[in-house]
Amino acid sequence: MLRVEDLTIWFGQPPDRIDAVRGVGFDIAAGESFGLVGESGSGKSTILRAVAGLNPNWSGRIEVDGRPLRADRRDRAFFKTVQMVFQDPYASLHPRHSVDAVLGETLRLQGMDRIDSRIQKLLDDVGLGRGFRFRYPHQLSGGQRQRVAIARALAAEPRLLLLDEPTSALDVSVQAEILNLLADLRAEHGLTYLLVSHDLAVIAHMCDRLAVMQQGRIVEILSAAQLRGDAAEAPYSRHLIAASLGR
Amino acid sequence: MTAPLLSVRDLRVTFPTRQGEFQAVRGLSFDLGRERLAIVGESGSGKSMTGRAILGLVRPPGRVEAAALTLQGRSILNLPERQMRAIRGGQISMVMQDPKFSLNPVMTVGQQIIEAYRLHARAPRGEARAKALEMLRAVQIREPERVMDTYPHEVSGGMGQRIMIAMMLAPGPQILIADEPTSALDVSVRGEVLSIMDNLVKDRGMGLIFISHDLNLVSRFCDRVLIMYAGRVVETLPARELHQARHPYTRGLLNSLPRLDAPVDRLAVLQRDEAWREPDPAAARADTDLPGGL
Repeated sequence: MLRVEDLTIWFGQPPDRIDAVRGVGFDIAAGESFGLVGESGSGKSTILRAVAGLNPNWSGRIEVDGRPLRADRRDRAFFKTVQMVFQDPYASLHPRHSVDAVLGETLRLQGMDRIDSRIQKLLDDVGLGRGFRFRYPHQLSGGQRQRVAIARALAAEPRLLLLDEPTSALDVSVQAEILNLLADLRAEHGLTYLLVSHDLAVIAHMCDRLAVMQQGRIVEILSAAQLRGDAAEAPYSRHLIAASLGR
Repeated sequence: MTAPLLSVRDLRVTFPTRQGEFQAVRGLSFDLGRERLAIVGESGSGKSMTGRAILGLVRPPGRVEAAALTLQGRSILNLPERQMRAIRGGQISMVMQDPKFSLNPVMTVGQQIIEAYRLHARAPRGEARAKALEMLRAVQIREPERVMDTYPHEVSGGMGQRIMIAMMLAPGPQILIADEPTSALDVSVRGEVLSIMDNLVKDRGMGLIFISHDLNLVSRFCDRVLIMYAGRVVETLPARELHQARHPYTRGLLNSLPRLDAPVDRLAVLQRDEAWREPDPAAARADTDLPGGL
């Protein structure tokens, strides 16, 4: 579904160019859930943003569904296939657009018909009742906002979801609800996930495989089973695992 | 048995709203000795407001009321601002969540530590500078001379938080309130910052109030845990027995966390119960109990 080869992403121009990601590569099969884990500055979110088309300064190869992407522009087909959910639901929703306006606008942009029934279906999908349709973001809790952000991403009926720390801004009890929702949606719609998190336990719970990143490079690609089975080899992965287990 | 450092009885923090009065903290009581006490809860539980109320940082129209709020026997409830300023920093200090926002961006690190120290110790400049260097060394900053001359944006988050700890501990306070001191830091530097703070607090025989949403973190790091829900304590227990918690809210929180060492197919979701909002006589008794040895 997604193939990344020798991807380098930079910020700034020479002589101030900084390579935030240096020559990374990974493959994600259709229906798979793949995690990127590492600390801030390791380049994990930068990869997500480059795939989404939010940073044109990259070299290497990114293929979605076998089709290589261009650095400078994306076509409609891309945005029907790939959608993104951001970390902070307080920042990613327009404060003066109601839930209905947010979802309606997205659906129209995607050229969908039967907008009304689709909005209803999306709200049902993410577990928000009819009462939420005409609310504004300030009338919603953090968890409810993140559900709206997920509904907006699903509006295009994408096959690949890019999830950037989707629960980091939420309380742990709400995190559990959102992670369960994401797992259910993946099963129902056969979605592929690329999930970025600094929390190894969240990645292990949600993903089939994961890449451990440090300073812009992938130090190791593991399966969740290898991670739990203490089979990580790179010293940095072992350090992260130890920190996560509180040793 | 010596008197506790800090004693809080029936603390209430109230804010007027258009829908009537909202109580963020609703009758909280606890004693703090020379120990590490954690206050755990989710956003809106009143845990941060408790820390702010103790330091007199609740702004009007917010109101702080209590049957008693005493620091070593002396009432510090709603003291005039001038007297409160002598206590704040001097006797009770606070480390906040994000060093990016709590350090002054246009002063060097050294200037800030020196200023904080001189405000309370009234020491000459030379002595304050020596103290600042000593504190930076105490928080394991390798080149304190160089770091003294840096600005906050030139240091990493972990280093910024160590500088905050150095600054807060320089005047020698008896109590440190740490409000989510590591939430803004990367997982791999969290442990380091915590152990530095822990050693300093222990060596100086201080009392620590550690405010956090992270149950697993506090169970490793603190002596005693208060679990807050809707402005009240629902359960108090020794940190090492956290995983034997009995209150359904505490159990629910623990179960909702994904764990690396215990995979589950589906995460347990917390079912909230209106009854948790009401006072529980057992919890009210337990949260005034002092730990042994005090």
